[in-house]
Amino acid sequence: MKVVVVGGGVTGLSAAWWMARSGVHVTVLDKFIVGWEASGRNGGGASHYQSPLFEEEQRMWPQMDALLGYPTEHQKERIVIAVTERQLGQYHYIAKMNNEMGHRVDLLDAKQAQTAVPLAGENCLGGMQYRFGGHANPQRTVQAYAWALQDLGGRIVQHSPVTGFKTQGGKVTVVESATGRYECDAVVVAAGPQISGLMAQLGVDVPLAAARAEMIVTEPAPMMPLGGVDGNGLYGRQTMRGNLAYGGGPHEWIDVDATGPAARPTSPLTRNLARRVAELLPKAAHLSVIRSWAGVIENTPDGRPIIDRMRDPENVVVATMSGVGFGLSPASGHAIRDLAIEGHCTFTDIGKLSLSRFDGIAPDWRAQRGWLAAA
Amino acid sequence: MHANNGIDESAINGRFPAPSQRYDLVVIGAGPAGIAAAMASSGKGKSVLLIDEHPVPGAMMGNDVPLMFGGRMTTATLNPERMVETVFVTEPALEAAMEAGVEVLLGTCAWGVYRNGPGMAALPERVVGLADASRAWMVGFDHLVMATGARDLAIGFPGWNQPGVMGAAALTMLLARYEAFAGKRVLFIGSHDLALETALLARDKGIDVAGLVEVRGCPQGRAELVSALEQAQIPFFLNDAIAEAKGGLDGVSGAVLRSGAAIDCDTICLAFGTVPAIELVDAMGGARTLDGMRGGYVPGIEEGVSFVGDCAGLADTGFDHVAYRMDWAQALGALSKPDTIVCQCEEVTRADLIGVQPPNYLSRPDPMAARSLESLLGDGPANQDQIKRLTRAGMGVCQGRRCRDQVAMILALESNKPFGTIPLASHRAPVRPIPLKVLADWDEDPTMRAGWDVWFGIPTQWTPYRDIGTPREKVHQDMISGNMSL
Repeated sequence: MKVVVVGGGVTGLSAAWWMARSGVHVTVLDKFIVGWEASGRNGGGASHYQSPLFEEEQRMWPQMDALLGYPTEHQKERIVIAVTERQLGQYHYIAKMNNEMGHRVDLLDAKQAQTAVPLAGENCLGGMQYRFGGHANPQRTVQAYAWALQDLGGRIVQHSPVTGFKTQGGKVTVVESATGRYECDAVVVAAGPQISGLMAQLGVDVPLAAARAEMIVTEPAPMMPLGGVDGNGLYGRQTMRGNLAYGGGPHEWIDVDATGPAARPTSPLTRNLARRVAELLPKAAHLSVIRSWAGVIENTPDGRPIIDRMRDPENVVVATMSGVGFGLSPASGHAIRDLAIEGHCTFTDIGKLSLSRFDGIAPDWRAQRGWLAAA
Repeated sequence: MHANNGIDESAINGRFPAPSQRYDLVVIGAGPAGIAAAMASSGKGKSVLLIDEHPVPGAMMGNDVPLMFGGRMTTATLNPERMVETVFVTEPALEAAMEAGVEVLLGTCAWGVYRNGPGMAALPERVVGLADASRAWMVGFDHLVMATGARDLAIGFPGWNQPGVMGAAALTMLLARYEAFAGKRVLFIGSHDLALETALLARDKGIDVAGLVEVRGCPQGRAELVSALEQAQIPFFLNDAIAEAKGGLDGVSGAVLRSGAAIDCDTICLAFGTVPAIELVDAMGGARTLDGMRGGYVPGIEEGVSFVGDCAGLADTGFDHVAYRMDWAQALGALSKPDTIVCQCEEVTRADLIGVQPPNYLSRPDPMAARSLESLLGDGPANQDQIKRLTRAGMGVCQGRRCRDQVAMILALESNKPFGTIPLASHRAPVRPIPLKVLADWDEDPTMRAGWDVWFGIPTQWTPYRDIGTPREKVHQDMISGNMSL
């Protein structure tokens, strides 16, 4: 079986890796370099209790370094701390919601939280500790998938944007790209914001809107016992090197054409992020910010993933994680593999992630939500 | 929120206030070119702001910001009043500019320039981010002049990662401006004009010049400078290169050359050349082009922004700076060992850079041994940013000022490609390290706080899967919207 994966982000690469493990002949086509977009520009979190892929995410991460053969910097567990009463209330609700689902979350009072998070300050009112989940290094993980795929005989063709498809008998038989034509028995389209344009060529409407989000990074801080610390309206982590990497706050909706984002600029939001990091971790407030970056992320109208196999052409699987793809990648790749090879997800129900839930969506759905790019 | 009322309350649009200050002209860099640009517009009814990051706080100088000081500053640099005074004394035109109505801010850096363009339309206008030792703020402008000068170029060799190895621009600053150089005997690496001029300056300031090392067969700079040094009986070590910096507790204590010559010195001054300081324009997404005759990457054309002085490109004297420094990179690469450090901040060795290996705090499973720059090149054209992410070379607190260019040269040499075919690692704002508490917007616009969501503010995104389509969905949304934990 020959499968072409369109998009060398973390979702496409994981799917390709899972398929290669099943003996499938996989080729990944990427418009530029693996993991260059949102897959390599995110907070690295891996604790997605809302997802039907949660159990698989949790099962896979502790094994990923060994399975891939390359380091991902995966670290277990997370702590979320509050600096306002409202945040504390919300975190406690999240803790309750998780405990009701059987995912253990411990509440931390102010003293416990300040002890667990040495860079926190007197303003920390408490928090919660996930006894699951964790975080990893997005850039290293993307490359680990790519290398592991190659080690299994899979092929990655970079600098190879897909230009079209050839269909025959209700199936895609050839994927056309800048580097040539690739014959296939099945196709996975995991091309982020470019999915809509690609699927439109196959007569399938995939409603997606792209936006830009930003993060900042400090110089290394003294290592905290647990690096997966966030809160105060931020997501992020302390890396294994010690840097504090945090994002959050307002996004900007943009238009992305078939070639991808024209640029990924950061904005003065850097200062608002710096403020929140200084509030979250006051004992690190003297540390310098040394860079910022932005990533472009696609969202579906309800913010939930689409992982679905099309009816026509019937050998195409579409996968977008709607802005929450990195951490779930070990599991999303498994689900995509199942859809492409078995025709259905073998390990959990993902029916509510089907594309058909958007059938008949108003053509102006972006405008209705205020998700249009500013002129 | 998902209110379908045409408004996204978590989007950025409308949340950036107009800058608190605005000038017709902002000039970044108060060297001769910057002062001249500011003076040219002052007195014509125009508001003009001229800033300069000097004097840089002593702690930042210790991090080689913005030049490669190599830890060879005297404690005089820790006295801010004295430092400010020396800037005025050595740059008399500054006072004239102030008298002409130019507002001058010293000890103030520009760390980012922002404008609407591809991927961004949310700014009310173009702004430049400024910061001094205690606060950061945004300034609007009609026109921006970058006069950011040129900065030191470093190329590593065994032992270069210790105090006492410094750049020629930094040495010039310490000698000519601050009179705060802590060394006594200096060996210069290179013999083009920068090396010759800096060596002559050092001699004039009473510093012992141990000699100049030149990789090529003859001195490279202007003949009159060469003869001035020869008359002073300062030796040139030609067809030679530095093989090792010897050191002790206080850093450099001597140098060994490729020829075997041992040289007594406490400072090794890297004077291969300087590169135009393009960090600000590169970080704003501006164009850059490679021009070896003008010192490396130079800015392109930007609407509303102009470039003067060395940051626009060094004066073209018919000398190919890039070819010259590539000769040095080749020679010093050959003299380096696998464990010679390339990136000092992240302690990345030459072997790990070329092997595209992860940092030391990570394990290296067996498959890593098969990975290298060569295998990466097999996947397609290389990109320095990708290699940076994997090796961490250039990701440290000096923001790549010490290693960005030499990593680019090593990658070019190791992949047998002309310099410039592998894109130089990008610069990112803030282009100077700025403490969180200084950079933070403590006077944040209330709309920014009101609309803040940890992610996209799409409440349906976080509903537990089993609760989708049940009454519990609405309860969850009401409780956790606006601050979802990921």
